[in-house]
Amino acid sequence: MSWTLVIALGLGAYAFKVLGLVVIGARTLPPVVERCLALIPAALLSALIVKDTFSVGHDLVLDARAAGVAVAVVATWRRAPIPVVIVLGSAVTAIVRAAF
Amino acid sequence: MLLDRLDPELRPVATASATVGVVIGAFGAVFGVASVAAGSSVLQACVMSLLVFTGASQYSAVSVVADGGSTAAALSSSLLLAARNGVYGLTMARVLRGSLVRRLVAAHLLLDESTAMATAQTGRRHQATAFWVTGVAVFVFWNLGTLGGALLGSEIDTARWGLDAAVPAGFVAMVWPQFATREGRIAGLVGAIVCLVTIPFVPIGMSVLCAAVAVLVGVRKERPA
Repeated sequence: MSWTLVIALGLGAYAFKVLGLVVIGARTLPPVVERCLALIPAALLSALIVKDTFSVGHDLVLDARAAGVAVAVVATWRRAPIPVVIVLGSAVTAIVRAAF
Repeated sequence: MLLDRLDPELRPVATASATVGVVIGAFGAVFGVASVAAGSSVLQACVMSLLVFTGASQYSAVSVVADGGSTAAALSSSLLLAARNGVYGLTMARVLRGSLVRRLVAAHLLLDESTAMATAQTGRRHQATAFWVTGVAVFVFWNLGTLGGALLGSEIDTARWGLDAAVPAGFVAMVWPQFATREGRIAGLVGAIVCLVTIPFVPIGMSVLCAAVAVLVGVRKERPA
């Protein structure tokens, strides 16, 4: 982790917040732009989930993490609280890893 | 108690908002653990939580760095995720009025949680209370959680405890509300597929950025979920 990343991300993240709340304010963006922006979390978080579950560097792999994340998906679907989802996902991964 | 000084009508909103902050502390702890596991110092993890203060972007940066991705790769997808806080700013501008300094402080507290709690209320006073209490509570517990997690992560073998799965498990909990709409579900599916397909070919971490093409699902007119 470089300090460049920490500082640049800090400045960039705050700039977006100020841009929305203070600079643009209550004015509205074109609906198509708002619709696309609203989909960023769905697209990127889903990508991060599959990357963190099924890859190591450039290689696609299937290991203990898949079991843990599958349990996290079921727990979330069954409306488990966030800390429970995290603990279950980690615990199942650790158990599967130790067992095989 | 601070809550006792508050208008009784606003107390339930404030209590619910403060509870959200406590839960987010768990997320912060996972960030702290993952951050040191990815090679950051305890200080770097804490400074990131104080300055960046937007969970998904921080998780994303750590996830890319842990894989050996470049600073540019980590920064690009994290900043794209941070852009949504700007959209929350547009929504909250109608509620958060006052002096420039007050709005600049409010800007730092623009998050998924503070915006969601505020928009769930009716009336500007309730919305503003929910925003400020959630924002401040999340700030306190997110940073305490980060510190605790970073100190813990420096001491333990994260793989042995399955903590490498804590980050994607956290992402699952974060992304779930986005799947309430049909567009959200399609964008999520397309994003996941594009990421998997590009992982072997693009620089490490850039596959997440490639997944952003999925937001073009929004070009079509929205249909009911």
